[in-house]
Amino acid sequence: MGLQALFFYLFAFVAVASAFMVIAARNPVHSVLFLILTFFNAAGLFLLTGAEFLAMILLVVYVGAVAVLFLFVVMMLDVDFAEMKSGALEYAPVGALVGIILAAELIIVLAGNTFHPAAAGSGASPIPALSERTNTQALGDVLYTDYIFYFQIAGMVLLVAMIGAIVLTLRHREHIKRQDINQQVARTPETAIEVVKVKPGQGI
Amino acid sequence: MDGFITTYVWPGAIILAQSLLVLVALLLFIAYILYADRKIWAAVQLRRGPNVVGPWGLFQSFADLLKFVFKEPVIPSGANKGVFLLAPLVAVTLALATWAVIPFDAGWVIADINVGILFVFAISSLEVYGIIMGGWASNSKYPFLGALRSAAQMVSYEVSIGFVIVAVLLCVGSLNLTDIVMAQADGIGTRMGLPNSLFDWHWFALFPLFIIFFISALAETNRPPFDLPEAESELVAGFMVEYGSTPYMMFMLGEYAAIVLMCALTTILFLGGWLPPLDVWFLNWVPGIIWFVLKACLVFFMFSMVKAFVPRYRYDQLMRLGWKVFLPISLGMLVIVAFVLKLTGTAP
Repeated sequence: MGLQALFFYLFAFVAVASAFMVIAARNPVHSVLFLILTFFNAAGLFLLTGAEFLAMILLVVYVGAVAVLFLFVVMMLDVDFAEMKSGALEYAPVGALVGIILAAELIIVLAGNTFHPAAAGSGASPIPALSERTNTQALGDVLYTDYIFYFQIAGMVLLVAMIGAIVLTLRHREHIKRQDINQQVARTPETAIEVVKVKPGQGI
Repeated sequence: MDGFITTYVWPGAIILAQSLLVLVALLLFIAYILYADRKIWAAVQLRRGPNVVGPWGLFQSFADLLKFVFKEPVIPSGANKGVFLLAPLVAVTLALATWAVIPFDAGWVIADINVGILFVFAISSLEVYGIIMGGWASNSKYPFLGALRSAAQMVSYEVSIGFVIVAVLLCVGSLNLTDIVMAQADGIGTRMGLPNSLFDWHWFALFPLFIIFFISALAETNRPPFDLPEAESELVAGFMVEYGSTPYMMFMLGEYAAIVLMCALTTILFLGGWLPPLDVWFLNWVPGIIWFVLKACLVFFMFSMVKAFVPRYRYDQLMRLGWKVFLPISLGMLVIVAFVLKLTGTAP
């Protein structure tokens, strides 16, 4: 164990501190950067519990892709920092109320939580040691054999959402010059340039 | 006290020593890779390249290092100071962190983790932050444009790199980098009746994916012809405009560490890592690390030849290549590879 305990405290402390800084930072870009730090430390905590695959997927998906989009959007916004800060206290009671409601709901749901009979059976099945079955294989087994239909339905939902987003934003605007790569590649010197022999002092 | 030493100090010291060893070797290698890059580029253009410092200019990189370090770092007054200085640190730290899982020879790896290739992929997907933070914190137009370009470019090409890696993983059946290399000891070449040779490696069986990976690696590391983030002809120097002295050097170091990493990764995924090209006694006798370095150097040679030969892409061409050419091809190849593995019964 030894060093692992040290690293646990390191990751946990930085995660909590940077999660606090996400809401405390004045500059929204700093908030997003702290959010990224939180994700990163959460991945470290996953790693310490032996959930290596989840840790890496957290990094690839959330930090590597989703947070980049966040950062993009926040950087492009034209935010007046002073104005944002002045309104913060006004909304604090509403924010607290929403937070309390969410926490209460979570507690109610988790307290009355029971497993589906079928799932309870697989949960009770023996867990093989890490040396004979890696995280990746175990997750693959569960996703692609036991729950393949749910997995595919989730994929379909995402696909529909993606197509919906494209349909909503796609507009074929007229009078726009577009790049046609085939046309550009097919150009030859004969069609593109004209060689003119100019006599001195005459011009074209 | 004895327990304290055995649980904390000793394991920590071993990790530290291994990391330092890899770091020093890597930095020395990068110094000479930089020199080689400039020499190759110069040779293609019939110039001499760096030839003043030391014999044949061999100490040029170290002279550059000293020059960078002894200059005054200038921070623009409008810049966001903390993020401005953090950006090059992030870039260089992430680029060096990936080397923890790279196996240089059988068993020569600091952290032999099960999800090695995912770790490499995750960390290299974070490298974009150094560039975005640098571009944003500079509080200036050109760096910001360069950073936006770079982020879009790196995210786009990561997609096709991901699919290529998945196709390789299908042939291997493990995410461990050592397993990926060892799986290339027997391959398509031995099935066709050849002895163990370089035709067993993945470059032969997955040739289109090898090409896609190579070109995507160029784009991912912002190498020419895809160096649009710092396109000096239009954006001055992209996200690095406001940087000078040590922070600038750290950006360059991070960039070259990422380039060398991509060379090593190409070697591991497609060129058989430390395996000798033919299974004969005198080639087997050469240590694996030598083969590894030779192959990585070969890939880097191709990187710098591309830099010397190919003119820079236009930005819309770059995006088109990533999304409309590489993505469909790599996705299609993934399906084909899966089918072939299943139908021939060679899936691991």
